[in-house]
Amino acid sequence: MFGDYSLGDLGSIMVMQGFAGLILFSVFVLMALGLAIIFGQMGVINMAHGEFMILGAYMTYLTSHLCETYAPGLYAGYFFVAMMVAFIASGTLGLLVEWTLIRHLYSRPLDTLLATWGLSLIMQQAFRSTFGAREVGVELPPWMMGSLPVTSTIEVQINGLFVMGLTVLITAVVALLLYRSRWGLQVRAVVANRTMSGAAGIDTRRIDRLTFGLGCGIAGVAGSAFTMIGSTGPTAGQLYIVDTFLVVVFGGAQSLLGTIASALTISQSQSTLEFFLTGSMAKVLTLLMVIGLLMLRPQGLFVLKVRR
Amino acid sequence: MSSGQRFYPFIPSRRELLLGAAAFSAGALVAPGALAQQFPTAKVNTTGLAVTDTEVTVGILHSVTGTMAISETGSVQAEKLAIEQINAMGGVLGRKIKFIQEDGGSDWPTFAEKAKKLLVNDKVASVMGCWTSASRKAVLPVFEQYNGMLYYPTFYEGLEASKNVIYTGQEATQQIIAGLDWVQKEKGAKTFYLLGSDYIWPRTSNKIARKHIENFLKLKVLGEEYFPLGHTQFNSVINKMKLAKPDVIYAIIVGGSNVAFYKQLKAAGVDLNKQTLMTISVTEDEIDGIGGENIVGGYACMKYFQSLDNPNNKGFVSAFKKMWGEKTVIGDVTQAAYLGPWLWKLTVEKAGSFDIDKVAAASPGVEFKGAPEGYVRIHENHHLWSKTRVGRARKDGQYDLVYETAELMEPDPYPKGYQ
Repeated sequence: MFGDYSLGDLGSIMVMQGFAGLILFSVFVLMALGLAIIFGQMGVINMAHGEFMILGAYMTYLTSHLCETYAPGLYAGYFFVAMMVAFIASGTLGLLVEWTLIRHLYSRPLDTLLATWGLSLIMQQAFRSTFGAREVGVELPPWMMGSLPVTSTIEVQINGLFVMGLTVLITAVVALLLYRSRWGLQVRAVVANRTMSGAAGIDTRRIDRLTFGLGCGIAGVAGSAFTMIGSTGPTAGQLYIVDTFLVVVFGGAQSLLGTIASALTISQSQSTLEFFLTGSMAKVLTLLMVIGLLMLRPQGLFVLKVRR
Repeated sequence: MSSGQRFYPFIPSRRELLLGAAAFSAGALVAPGALAQQFPTAKVNTTGLAVTDTEVTVGILHSVTGTMAISETGSVQAEKLAIEQINAMGGVLGRKIKFIQEDGGSDWPTFAEKAKKLLVNDKVASVMGCWTSASRKAVLPVFEQYNGMLYYPTFYEGLEASKNVIYTGQEATQQIIAGLDWVQKEKGAKTFYLLGSDYIWPRTSNKIARKHIENFLKLKVLGEEYFPLGHTQFNSVINKMKLAKPDVIYAIIVGGSNVAFYKQLKAAGVDLNKQTLMTISVTEDEIDGIGGENIVGGYACMKYFQSLDNPNNKGFVSAFKKMWGEKTVIGDVTQAAYLGPWLWKLTVEKAGSFDIDKVAAASPGVEFKGAPEGYVRIHENHHLWSKTRVGRARKDGQYDLVYETAELMEPDPYPKGYQ
């Protein structure tokens, strides 16, 4: 397939293809981060993760409209406000859900699966009733659209750069929180041994609530960012949930590093295979690879060593 | 859920009465009572359908919940509008249409079950419904077994023709061939890159497109690719296309993937004013979600655009907006759904009977001059003769008509040389 092309052409395509892989990697990390925190630290399988993302996307949509109507001068920067709004909305809802629903089910992990799945259906229908069944279009300020020409043949997507930057930032913040803050210390203690941490005076309920809220909040930010590259509709969350679980489970549920490594593996193989084969085949081969590796390493790529 | 709930059409205003009359001007305004007496119930209904001296019941069967609600909402709205307008003009054979709406819930077995309920329990005289091919395939045996009449609005892949179905959308050849001919002639296109979501409609359609490009136009297909439904990452294939440099990108991507595809195409610096792109899966409805600025300049091949400039369409668009809100948009399928109740009414009046067999037999040749897309006529194979049109996307989400076939295109659900 490369016979007819000059070396320069091929080189630029390879660069852009590498960049496409990096964008996919950032997208995967961003969507998996919130779930990894909740699933990894609390053992709760949050099937409504995608819907928390879409809540963030809808908040972005609302913010853009409000900004257009009441403060058109600030339109260029509305996206940053929108991400905050998304974080607060999804996070608050997360706290509420944890308090009303999840905390009663900690000893029954399979029931949380059912309960959060039910929650996802409720949220989907709520979106549909509020915003209508059709997808909504989220407009971007002009500076975020299009691409930067690096050379005459290499172009780099601006929104791709934005997503990458955001991913790095959020990952860094989460890593800091988990490994450098008092809250993170307590979270890790609770993961290691819930009963002992309780006995040592850690308020495990409060930790759980904050963890769940933070996970949902990050999902909201991810959803907000994805309005740049994907669709915003009542059921759009379902588009992301499978890939998200794939990344988290493959990475080893309790490890931040594992999530990142797994996102890298899956995104690179997906985008490379997609280039040489077709979209459907790439998906098939990626899934086969993941299944194969999980058979060899059932705990995922990275396992946190804990005495049980 | 709305199962079994009965909806009565609204009482129309004088303005709608006028619009209704404008949309359809044959033999109107006969006092309903008189017509009904002319056609006694015992005579026009020999098979026990839900027809009384004053009323006839039909079914509306679409998804208003679940994934497909996005697409099917417009069809439901169009069908309700048509029914309301028909009632405002005196109904069908002097009888007002009453409808029972059922929710298929985006679930194919549910469609079959609800279809059976409408036919067996409610004895409806016809059903306007279904959207995806999967839902149509699920209800088809029910309609054939219990002898019902289905008016199906969506453009689809063809390879089907049933006595019990009237297909008011285009089958694949009607949507594809004229568009490809146009893009060759007008744009001098020599090479094509075919894309699609991975299921039967895009695959069958691209197969027809490929045969037409290679065997009839003697041009070249550089690549053909499919993506799982719900795929959201298109950067790799966009790079591939940048390398292959096709004259035309031919895209049949659906649902949420559609939005992701056009946003990423735009972000990757592909300017649709320079790169010709043709799609058969993006109507005005979809642009709402994609955002006009992401697809401006792209071409769509349909039979109807909201912007069509004819008196029928003007009346239709303003009545639709009046009923469902200024901000609603009308896509190809919504218009096709609007044809369903009208074609049924015309057929019943031609047959002089509500009996399914007589309606099915009377269908070929029925013409609807008030169609927003212009004149349509039912073919022997129960599809519609209609024109193929090419539109160019504007930033505001509407299409500018750039081409329409001079003649009506013949529906050909089993095209020879394309299989």
